[in-house]
Amino acid sequence: MIKFENITKIYELRSGQNPVVALQDVSFEVKEKEFVSIVGKSGVGKTTLFKLLLVQERPTQGKIFFMNQDVHQIRAKDLFNLRRRIGVVFQNYELFNKKTSYENIAYPMETIGANKDQIKRDVNEILQLVGLTDRAFNFPEELSEGEKQRVAIARALIHRPDVIVADEPTGNLDPANTYGIIKLLYKINEFGTTVILSTHDKGVVNNLEKRVITFEDGKIIRDEERGKFIL
Amino acid sequence: MEIFNSISKIIFQGYMGFRRQGSFNIASIFILSLVIFLFTFLFVFYGMAQSLSLNLQERIDISVYFDSDSSEKQVLEAKSELSKFAEVKSVEYVSAEEALNKFTEKYQNNSIIMSSLEEIGGNPLLASLNIQAFEAGQYASISNFLISGSFEDIIYKINYSEKKPVIERFFSLISGVNKAGIIFGIVLILVAISIAFNQIRLAIRNSRKEIKIMRLVGATNFMIRGPFFVQGVLIGIFAVLLTLLIFVPVSYFLSPRLEMALSGFEIFGHFADNFFFIFSSQIAIGVGISTFSSLIAVHKYLKI
Repeated sequence: MIKFENITKIYELRSGQNPVVALQDVSFEVKEKEFVSIVGKSGVGKTTLFKLLLVQERPTQGKIFFMNQDVHQIRAKDLFNLRRRIGVVFQNYELFNKKTSYENIAYPMETIGANKDQIKRDVNEILQLVGLTDRAFNFPEELSEGEKQRVAIARALIHRPDVIVADEPTGNLDPANTYGIIKLLYKINEFGTTVILSTHDKGVVNNLEKRVITFEDGKIIRDEERGKFIL
Repeated sequence: MEIFNSISKIIFQGYMGFRRQGSFNIASIFILSLVIFLFTFLFVFYGMAQSLSLNLQERIDISVYFDSDSSEKQVLEAKSELSKFAEVKSVEYVSAEEALNKFTEKYQNNSIIMSSLEEIGGNPLLASLNIQAFEAGQYASISNFLISGSFEDIIYKINYSEKKPVIERFFSLISGVNKAGIIFGIVLILVAISIAFNQIRLAIRNSRKEIKIMRLVGATNFMIRGPFFVQGVLIGIFAVLLTLLIFVPVSYFLSPRLEMALSGFEIFGHFADNFFFIFSSQIAIGVGISTFSSLIAVHKYLKI
């Protein structure tokens, strides 16, 4: 489904400092319906990996394939098609501050021209799934951190993407909310959506008993089917 | 059907965005109102300068007095020649008799002047032509034509030299007003550009995060630009309405009070007579700057 092929990403610094190697010859594949955790300390290149997949940045070397298509060959104006198939969840939620939970979740559906009834039905369904029916008309500033992340997950899920990419989704959450979010991602995966989770939280990964890819200094040092977070 | 669905969603999102971005929109509306107000003021100022210039021009003329032995036929011939002159707006013939009648009418209550006139006996006044040019700068060439032409022998006097200082002062006043208008216009354009630039910077800062999220959740460029465009249009329209809300009552209130000082120029009347032009220009400026700055800001972040 997703294939990273010899990916290297080097950031050239303007101030004459040495370039930063974020990823070095990284190759791995994610199959459909898989739950993959990408682990490693902060700054090992986990976020860079996602940015490259979403074509927010270009690799210095290598190729990334999504459904056999080289994502960096897609023209800028057609990228929305790729992004509609990948649901993204961020550590800092990235919600529209001026939209309610309902509107935040409905937005991806509006972009694909769904009608009002369809949007209402699907958003209410997903609000139920993430347990936020009673927070539908609250703005992000009126929600707790855990609720914000649930809205972000709901928004990532609403247009039924093939894959959910979650970049440190529990980074700002307390243990109770962390557990809730991971349980939710687990449930989503059980429904058949591929999940790629990046985290530096040992507890989260060790309880999942799913595939774990461990990064260190921009390289993969371990890739295990039922892995643990060992560093 | 899908396109109408998308357009209606864009309009709705634009409207909601406008409603919810309170302080930013209020600041934008005030800034744009200032530009529109300056434009409106410049337009009225230009109208006022034109009116004053015309008014003063109406009052300026030169008179050519003919020798007492010149015949009416000769004077009328001179009038006909002058009428052919492109610079001449009007020529009025005043016979010696008419001049005397006007004079006596004017001074009938002044016994000294009237008795002096009786003492002189007959008609001491001369036939004349009162000439009006289109522009103040044209009187010199009209005067030169008369002096150097075939009528030189029958001309007693041209009062151009007496009126020359007044005409020149007027001419310099008009050119001064024009120069001031140009400088004011340039300053206004600079102010408008810097305000628009500032607006662009604000719009960029304000929409950076939002555009990034829109892109990442799969919105097309059309879906991203649309709401910002609608917001820009709404900001422009509200800025025009705010300007009108201030300008209309202020000009209505000041108009009668300044009418005397402005030689009969009515600010409010001028504004009302040109309302369609002013309103369309205000909309073009307000909506133009606002949507342009929003779209520039969006464009920058569409590359994310």
